Amino acid sequence: MESDLRSELSRQGVMIVSLEALYNWGRSNSLWPLGFGLACCAIEMMAASMARFDLARFGAEVFRPSPRQADLMIVAGTVTKKMAPQVVRLYNQMPEPKYVMAMGACAISGGPFKQGYNVLKGIDRYLPVDVHVPGCPPRPEALIEGLMALQRRIMRQRLTGPERPRHLQAGEASELPVPTLGARDIEPPYHAAVWRPPRVARAS
Amino acid sequence: MERLASIQARIEAALPEAKLALAANPGASGQHSLVVEAAHLEAVARRLRDDPELQFDYLSNVTGVDWLDRVETDKVRVKREYQGEEIEVEESVERRVPGYLEVVYHLYSVARGTGPLVLRVRTGNRTDRVDVPSLANVFRGAELQEREVYDLFGVVFTGHPDLRRLLMWEGFSGHPMRKDYVEPDDYEYEPTPHGEVAAKASRRYAKRGQP
Repeated sequence: MESDLRSELSRQGVMIVSLEALYNWGRSNSLWPLGFGLACCAIEMMAASMARFDLARFGAEVFRPSPRQADLMIVAGTVTKKMAPQVVRLYNQMPEPKYVMAMGACAISGGPFKQGYNVLKGIDRYLPVDVHVPGCPPRPEALIEGLMALQRRIMRQRLTGPERPRHLQAGEASELPVPTLGARDIEPPYHAAVWRPPRVARAS
Repeated sequence: MERLASIQARIEAALPEAKLALAANPGASGQHSLVVEAAHLEAVARRLRDDPELQFDYLSNVTGVDWLDRVETDKVRVKREYQGEEIEVEESVERRVPGYLEVVYHLYSVARGTGPLVLRVRTGNRTDRVDVPSLANVFRGAELQEREVYDLFGVVFTGHPDLRRLLMWEGFSGHPMRKDYVEPDDYEYEPTPHGEVAAKASRRYAKRGQP
């Protein structure tokens, strides 16, 4: 529809949108995060949800204590290898459509603990991460920007066709495999369906 | 140092079979410590807690140290014949010290406002004689911290009510804070590796046949 006609109609009190846009608009403005913090990033996440920064302006103030009621998992903090299976399990328990935000250097890559013996080198090894929010820890403004980036991403989502999200494709598995704790390390080290180790291109 | 020596004398007077040794700290902090034999650790700790003059009633910290085998050189003066006459010269003698694990306790007295008193206990070696008596029956606070030392250093605390791993998971093999711990080969690309990470990167790429 032409934008002139649409704006004229809206001036007259008639809203005309596609069902897809309406659906995406509704979803992007009622993202309920899982109340789930792993380290100091969670303090900034709490600050972002409180009155000073007021995440409620974006419809995301309802931190749910149960994964069954949450749409967005904010992985806020250091994911240790011991904790990683539980994080994947919580993700599996969330209903579709669901989104993951990796908050802070540790959740993105392991951060300052990357070369340690007990810290996962980024949660994107096991979960499909939609938004990475860098920082150590990120300021609440950065988290709000990450949430707005996710909202823009949801608004662009197609519900039909080959680009439709994973949960609308019939053949896709509904759950991600949960890694196990081995004798030396977490096994497997990553899920190939979600993540591949980077190929290093080097000039010989 | 004088205070520590008086504590040592007091304990040795009360417990004549327990032999304590003073371990001097040459560093700027000057935090000297008492080395206790493992067999008498519990009696010494109980005495330190219950002695009305000492009253070390708070165990603040339990931690571990891994000492590898090392060679120490002692300077000794020996007589040698040199050009027909006997002179006294200084020679260095090498002495091999076998490795051991060490558990370090920091005790404070809340009642008297004194502390810390540093106690050290050494195991027989680093492989099979790694047991130390638990202090969980003297100080409840030792229970969790001894589990941590067991987890990361592999010191077995005999008499501990619940000796399980604390930080690493059940079924994990190895003790990560030991100096000979080999971490899993999970190096991944970093844009600016330096120090030990750069060494790890070069090893990794040599193995893969990459430049």
